[in-house]
Amino acid sequence: MSGPKDAVGETMGETLLAVDGVSLGFGGVKAITDVSFDIRKGEIRAIIGPNGAGKTSMLNVINGFYHPQQGRITYKGQTRSRMRPYQAASQGIARTFQNVALFRGMSTLDNIMVGRTLRMHRGLFWQMLRFGPAMREEIDHRRHVEDIIDFLQIEAIRKTPVGKLPYGLQKRVELGRALAMEPELLLLDEPMAGMNMEEKEDMCRYILDLNRHFGTTIALIEHDIGVVMDLSDRVVVLEYGHKIADGTPEEVKADPKVIDAYLGVGH
Amino acid sequence: MLYNIFIDPFVQMVQMPDLLVQTLWEGLVSGVLYALIALGFVLIFKASGVFNFAQGIMVVFSALTLVGFYAKFSSWGFSGHAAAFLALLLAAGVMLVLAMLVERVVLRPLVTQPDIILFMATFGITYVLIGFGEIVFGGDPKQMIANELFLPSGSVDIEMLGGLVSLQKIDIAAAVIASLMIVGLALFFQKTRIGRALRAVADSHKAALSVGISLNQIWVIVWFAAGLVALVTGIMWGARSDVSFALEIVALKALPVLVLGGFTSVPGAIVGGLIIGVGEKLGEFYWGPLLGGGIESWLAYVIALVFLLYRPQGLFGDKIIERI
Amino acid sequence: MFYRETGQFKQNYAADSAVFPILQDRYGLAIIMVIAFVAIPMFGSEFLLASVMIPFLILSLGAIGLNILVGYTGLLSLGTAGFMGVGAYAAYKLSTMFPQVNILVWILCSGFFAAGIGVIFGLPSLRIKGFYLAVATLAAQFFLQWCFVRVAWLYNYNPSGAIEVPGRTLFGIAITGPMATPVNRYYVVLGVVVVMTLIASNIVHGRIGRTWMAVRDMDIAAQLMGIRLLPAKLLAFAVSSFYCGVAGALMVFLWLGAAEPSAFDIKLSFLLLFMVIIGGLGSLIGSFMGAALIHILPIFIRALPESLGLPVAAATVEHLTYLIVGALIIFFLIVEPHGLARLWQITKQKLRVWPFPY
Repeated sequence: MSGPKDAVGETMGETLLAVDGVSLGFGGVKAITDVSFDIRKGEIRAIIGPNGAGKTSMLNVINGFYHPQQGRITYKGQTRSRMRPYQAASQGIARTFQNVALFRGMSTLDNIMVGRTLRMHRGLFWQMLRFGPAMREEIDHRRHVEDIIDFLQIEAIRKTPVGKLPYGLQKRVELGRALAMEPELLLLDEPMAGMNMEEKEDMCRYILDLNRHFGTTIALIEHDIGVVMDLSDRVVVLEYGHKIADGTPEEVKADPKVIDAYLGVGH
Repeated sequence: MLYNIFIDPFVQMVQMPDLLVQTLWEGLVSGVLYALIALGFVLIFKASGVFNFAQGIMVVFSALTLVGFYAKFSSWGFSGHAAAFLALLLAAGVMLVLAMLVERVVLRPLVTQPDIILFMATFGITYVLIGFGEIVFGGDPKQMIANELFLPSGSVDIEMLGGLVSLQKIDIAAAVIASLMIVGLALFFQKTRIGRALRAVADSHKAALSVGISLNQIWVIVWFAAGLVALVTGIMWGARSDVSFALEIVALKALPVLVLGGFTSVPGAIVGGLIIGVGEKLGEFYWGPLLGGGIESWLAYVIALVFLLYRPQGLFGDKIIERI
Repeated sequence: MFYRETGQFKQNYAADSAVFPILQDRYGLAIIMVIAFVAIPMFGSEFLLASVMIPFLILSLGAIGLNILVGYTGLLSLGTAGFMGVGAYAAYKLSTMFPQVNILVWILCSGFFAAGIGVIFGLPSLRIKGFYLAVATLAAQFFLQWCFVRVAWLYNYNPSGAIEVPGRTLFGIAITGPMATPVNRYYVVLGVVVVMTLIASNIVHGRIGRTWMAVRDMDIAAQLMGIRLLPAKLLAFAVSSFYCGVAGALMVFLWLGAAEPSAFDIKLSFLLLFMVIIGGLGSLIGSFMGAALIHILPIFIRALPESLGLPVAAATVEHLTYLIVGALIIFFLIVEPHGLARLWQITKQKLRVWPFPY
C-alpha cells in the first residue's frame, strides 16, 4: 500500500456522502467547527476522537436531527443544508445510538418490525381489517425481519420485551432494527461500548459481514482503537469539534496530532 | 363584528378607567389564589417529581379541618382568638400527619414508578380525602373563622380616575400574606441545609440518595410545606367565600398557571397565577358578553395553550435541548 | 395444567402473528362471547343488563379510545369526556335533522365529528409533551363543555338545555328511546363494542400500532426510523376521539336516554383515565378490566350495606364509595403499576408452569 488513500479510492467507488465545512453550535458552545470529510460507497468509515469531540453531534447532523449553522451535506449527489430526520430515513440513512434507544415497551420482533415502517404501505382501512393485503404485507415483512433475527442470532428473544434484555443483546436488537430499514448508509454510534471481549468480537463479525456481503456503507464511532484500526477502511479524527486527521488507519496512527490528542502534548 | 372584538373593548377600557382598575384588581386577587395553589404544586413537583393533583383538595381539607376544630372547641364553650389559633395549630398538625401518611403509604412503595403512575396515585389521594372529608365534616359549605384569626373584613373604597374602586381588605391581606410566604419559601430553599437538600433531590433522586440525603424525610417536609401552603390558601379563600368542596375545580386552574410559569419555578407560579387571573377577568368582562358569557371556565386553558405553542418550556423554565 | 401451549407448533408466520396465538386463549374468548351473547341476555335481570352490562361496555369502549391515546401513543389526555360529548351531540343533531336514516349509522358517523375535533385539539401535541399536553386537552374539555351549555343550536333550543333521545328502530325493533327494552339495547351495544374492539385490536397489532408505540417509547428514535411524528400523533388523536365519540353517542342513546352537558364533565374524563391506568396502559383487555373494576365495584359497595341489613345513609355510602375507590386506586397502583392486564399476564404465566414455580 504505497499510496493508501488512492488505493482505497479505487476499491471503494464513488462518494456516497460528503460533509463540507459544517459548523454547529448550541448557544455559545461550538460543537463542530468547519469539518469536511466524505464517505465512499461500500467502505467502513470510522469517526474517532476524545470525549466531547463532537462525534455524536456529527452523526446527528448527518441524519438531520441537528441542523448545522454553516456548511453543506451532499448525499447521493443531492446537496442540502437542512433535512428532517424522517427524510434522511426515507433516503436510506439508518443509525444506532450511543445510549440504546430501543422502544422499551415493545418486543424484539416489534422493534425490528418498526424498522420496516417505511416499506409498508397499506393504509388505515386495510390495517383495520388485518386481512388480505394488509396481512400479506405483514407476513412478507415478517419474513424479512426473521432473516435479520437469524443473522443476528437472536431467535430466542423474539417475543421478549426489550426492556428486559441485557445490554449486549439490546445493542444487537438495535442493530437489527437499523438493518430492517435496508439502509444504504448505516451510522453506528459506539456499537461496542460497554461490551465484553466476546460480545465485541460478535459485533465486529456482524459489521464486517454486513459490509462484505450486503455492501452496506458504514460510518461508525468507536472508542476501542484496536477495533477501529482492524475494521475501518478510513478514519476521521475529531478533537474539540475540529478535524485533526483523516486517512487510512496506518496514516492516522502515525499522525503526530492524533498522538497528541490521545496521549496529551509532551508525551 | 370585528369592531366588537378588536376595538370596542379597548374603547370601553379607556372610557371607564375605574372599571378597568376594578377588573384588574379582581383579576390580581383571583390570580393570587391561583398562584398559591400553584405554589403548592411546584413545591411537590420540584422535590419529588410528582404532579400532585391532590393539592386542590388539600386546600379544602385543611380549611375544613381548621373550621371543624374551631366548631368543636366552641361547642365546649371555648371560643375566641385563642381557640382559633389552637385550631390553626392543630390543623397544621393534621397536615403533618397527612404528609407522613402520604409518604409512608403512597410515595415510598411507588418511588421507582413513572410520573403518570404517581400522578394517578395522587388522584387516589384526592378521592380518599374527598370521601373522608365528607364523612367527617359533611358536605355543606361552612363559614371561615376569619375574624377570630384577626383577618380584616369590609372594604376600602378609593376614589380614583373619576370613579370608586372598591378593594376588599381581606384581598389586601391575602396579597400581603402570599408575598410573605413566597419570600419565606425562597429563603428556606436558598439558605437552609434542608433547602439545599431539597434542590439536590429535585435534580436527581439517586444522586441525592448517594450523598446521604434521606428521601423519605425530604418528602415529608415537602408535603408538609405544601400542606401549610394549602392551609393558608384555604383560609384566604374561605374568608372570601365559603369552605366547600367546590374548590376542587378551581384547583385545576393551577394547571395553566403552572404551564405559564414552568413546573419547577416558584416565581413562575406567582407570575403565571397573576397573568391567568388578570387575563381571565379581563376576557370575561370585556369579551365574554360577545360569546354569551361564562368563558372564564376555559379561557385560562386557552391562554396557556397559545402561550405554550410559542414557548413550550414556560416563562421561567429552561430551554429544552433534546439530546441523543 | 390445562393452560399449556406445549405441542402447539406454528407452521407459518401468519399463525404466529395471530392476536391470540395460544389455543386455550381462543377457547376462553369463545366462552366469553357465548356468555356475552347468549347467557347474559337469557338469564340476566333487567338491572344487570341496564345498569351493569350496558354502562360497562360503553365505558370500556371509551377506555379503549383513551388507551389508544395514552397507553399506545403516550399522549396524556384529560379531555376524553369532551370528545365523548362531541359524539353524543353530533349523533343527536344528525338523528333529529335526518330521522329517516338509521340511528346506528348516525351513531357511527358521530365518531367522525369527534375525530375531527380531536385532531384540532391534537395539533399542539407536536410541540408540547406530557403534563403540558394535559393542559391542551383540558382546554378542549372545558371549551367543549361550555359549547354544550351555550350553543343552543346543539340541543335544538330545548328549554331544559338537555338532549333527549328520540325513539328509533333497527329492523323494526326499538333500540333507543323509552320503548327500547334493555335486551335490545344490550345487543346493539354489545355488537358495536365487539366489532370496534376487534378493529382496534387489528390496528394496534399492525404497522400503525407499532408506529404509535414507537412514538410513545422513544420519539427521537422513531423519527430516525422514518416515522413522521405529527401524522402519527394526529392519527392517534383521530382514532382515539372516534372511539370516544361513538362511546359518547352510545352513552346518551342506549344507556342514559337523555343527557345534560354536565354528563360530560371533567369527572367522566378522570373516571376513564382511572380505568385505563388501573386496567393497564397499552392493553385492550386491560381497558375492559379497568372499566369493570371502576364501574362495577361502586355498584357492589352501594348494594352491600342494604344486603347486610346495615342502616347506613345513602349519602354516607356515596362518600364511603369515594374513600374506597380512592384507596383501591392507590392499592392497585402499588400492587401492580402496570395494571390489571399485567396481573392477568402474570397469572397466565403461573398457570403455564404450574405446579412448578418456574
